[in-house]
Amino acid sequence: MYVAAEGVEHHPLVPIWQELVVGTIAFALLCFVLLKFVMPRMEAMYQARVDAIEGGLKRAEAAQAEANQLLEQYRAQLAEVRTEAARIRDDARADAESIRTEILAKAREESDRIIAAGRESLAVERQTIVRELRAEVGGLAVDLASRIVGESLADEARRKGTVERFLTDLESAGAR
Amino acid sequence: MSGQFIAAEGLPWPPKVDDFYLPDVAGPFVTKFTLMIWLAVGLLIIFFMASYRNPKLVPSKSQWYAESIYGLVRDNIAREQMGKDGIRFAPYFTVLFCFIAVTNLFGVTPGLQISPNSHIAFPIVLAAITYVMYLYIGVRKQGLGRYLKQSLIIPGVPWPMHVLLIPIEFLQNFINRPVTLAVRLFANMFAGHLILLVFTVGGFVMLASDNIFVQVTSVFSFLMAILMAFFEVLVALLQAYVFVTLTANYIGTSLADGH
Repeated sequence: MYVAAEGVEHHPLVPIWQELVVGTIAFALLCFVLLKFVMPRMEAMYQARVDAIEGGLKRAEAAQAEANQLLEQYRAQLAEVRTEAARIRDDARADAESIRTEILAKAREESDRIIAAGRESLAVERQTIVRELRAEVGGLAVDLASRIVGESLADEARRKGTVERFLTDLESAGAR
Repeated sequence: MSGQFIAAEGLPWPPKVDDFYLPDVAGPFVTKFTLMIWLAVGLLIIFFMASYRNPKLVPSKSQWYAESIYGLVRDNIAREQMGKDGIRFAPYFTVLFCFIAVTNLFGVTPGLQISPNSHIAFPIVLAAITYVMYLYIGVRKQGLGRYLKQSLIIPGVPWPMHVLLIPIEFLQNFINRPVTLAVRLFANMFAGHLILLVFTVGGFVMLASDNIFVQVTSVFSFLMAILMAFFEVLVALLQAYVFVTLTANYIGTSLADGH
C-alpha cells in the first residue's frame, strides 16, 4: 500500500513538528494580513453602518420631537390667542355695558334736571300768577265792593286788612 | 473483515491511521497538508482583500458575505460570550473562525478530501494561541496572584474542600481547556474523514466483490457516503463555531472580575 511508503509509524495524537511550524507561520501570516488590512476597516464599516442607521433613527426622532414641540407651542399660542380674544370681547362687552349705564345715568340725570327746572319754573310762574291774581282779584273785589257798598269802606287800612284775611281764608280752604 | 473484501487489490481496506499520513510532496515541509494550509490562507486573504478592497456603506455581494461572517462572529460569539469587551476581539475571532471553517471544509472538498485539522498539529497551534491569549489577558488584567486565585479558588466553599478543588480547578482551567480544544477539533475531523473513508472505500470494496448481492448493496454504502459528506459540512462549520465560542468564553472569564 502506498500509504506505508513513508515508512514512519505515526500516532494520530503526536503532532508532526514541521506541521506545527508551517501551521504557526501560515496562520500568523493570515492573522497579520487580515487583522492589519481588512478587519479594522470592517469594524469601521460596521460602526459606520450602525451610525448611519441609528443616526438616521435618532435624527428622525429628533425631528419628530421638534415637530411635536412646535405643535405644542402652536397649540399653546392658539389657546393663548383664544383666551386673549375672549378677554378682549369680555372687556368690550363690559365697556359697552358701563358706557350704556353711564349714558343712561346721564340721560336720567338730564331728564331729572329738566323736569326739576320745569317744575321750578312752573312753580315760579304759578307764584307770579298767584301774586298777580291776588293783587288783581283783591283790586277787583274792592272795586266791586266799593261800588256796591259805597264810600264807607274806603278807609285804606281797614280795607286792606279785610281783603287779606279773606284771601288767606280762601287759600287755607283751598289747600285743605 | 473477510478475506473476500481484502481481495479487492489496491484499495486501502480497512481504513487505518496511516491513511492520514500521505507521502511528502517535497520534503517534510511541503506535504499535502501544509499545502492545504497555505491554500486556505491564500483563499481567505484573497477573498477578504477582494471583497474589502473598496468597502461601501451599501455593500456589494461579496462585501456583504464578508460582513455577514464578521457580524456573526462579532455579535453571536464575541458579544454573546464576553459582552461589550468582546468586540475588540471580534477581528481575531473572525480570522480564526474562517480559517477553521475553510480547513474543515477541505475534508469534503472534491480533490482535497481531507481536512488539515485531522492532523493534530494544526489544532494544537490554534489551541495554543487561545491558551496563551487567555492566560496573558487574565494575568495582565488582574495580576498573576488575583488571576490564579480567581481561576483556582471557588468562593464560598469550606476550606478543606479546597484540597480537592484546587487541583481539579487547575486541571480544568490550565490543562483540560487547551487540550480538549485541540483534541475536539482534531478528533471531529479525524473521525469525519474515517467515516467517509469507510463508506466510500467500503463501497468500492463491495463493488469489487464476486458476490452480486454485495455489489448491489454497495449502492447504500455510497448513498451513506454522500449523506455523511453533507453531515460533515455541518460538523465542519459547527466545530469552527464551537472552537471560537470556547475561545471567546475562556478569554471572557479571564477578563471577568471574580467568579
